[in-house]
Amino acid sequence: MQLARVIGTVVVTPKDGNLHGVTLLLIQPIAPSRTPVGKPLVAADSVGAGVGEEVFFVRGKEASFPFHPVDVPVDAGIVGVVDAIDT
Amino acid sequence: MLLARVVGNVVATQKNRTFEGAKLLLVQPLTEHDAPRGPVLLAIDGVGAGIDEKVLIVVEGRAAAEVLGRPLAPVDAAIVGIVDRVDLG
Amino acid sequence: MILARIVGTVVATRKDPRLVSNKLLLVRPVDPSGTVDGGYLVAIDTVDAGVGETVLVVSGSSARMAAGLKDTPVDAAIVGIVDAVETDETSEP
Repeated sequence: MQLARVIGTVVVTPKDGNLHGVTLLLIQPIAPSRTPVGKPLVAADSVGAGVGEEVFFVRGKEASFPFHPVDVPVDAGIVGVVDAIDT
Repeated sequence: MLLARVVGNVVATQKNRTFEGAKLLLVQPLTEHDAPRGPVLLAIDGVGAGIDEKVLIVVEGRAAAEVLGRPLAPVDAAIVGIVDRVDLG
Repeated sequence: MILARIVGTVVATRKDPRLVSNKLLLVRPVDPSGTVDGGYLVAIDTVDAGVGETVLVVSGSSARMAAGLKDTPVDAAIVGIVDAVETDETSEP
């Protein structure tokens, strides 16, 4: 998983069979120091994260697991909201 | 698998329920010469690693879920060992 | 997923038979403000998107979870047409 900050929201035209009902957030991966790392990406949210919050996300097919048994075609998913980072 | 160093930990109360009880550690993947390689990742700790320890991590989903023991866990990285030594040829 | 702009189409008469029913589109990643930012990729279309539109592209094995693509040999699929992207300007990198 990687740390990220939620920097926005993405709305797509509703289409059956794909992302119907899935909350999509724009996230910027960050290092523990909060420095941005790489480019922003779009992630599916299954934990109720809000814009401005620090989160962690999973990449790959695993991103679809929180929506099981519905098959949701996502390759990045927010799986937790960060309370604290200790280094 | 990759070599990595434990650089910290993350506390998160609002998270996927398959993470209940799991320790989340920040790890910096390393090259074989101990230089940083890529971004710091968050990994499930399966071995009780401590900060600054050198560890072995898996970065594939199914393997990481094995560490948690929960098949549909949305995880993509886990610590599977603490490294004693790396010998280069 | 990434945001991307459809910049063209790919025509391939000879291809895997499972690729026959969907269009292959040429896309380029865009940043949150809509500026093209990265190299191209070819993605299979599942939402009837058109050239010039901004879309959501999913990559890897997740692409095969898109509607109608089970067992299709693809690694990138267009799964949504973007209506709006809203950013919190104070936290933009």
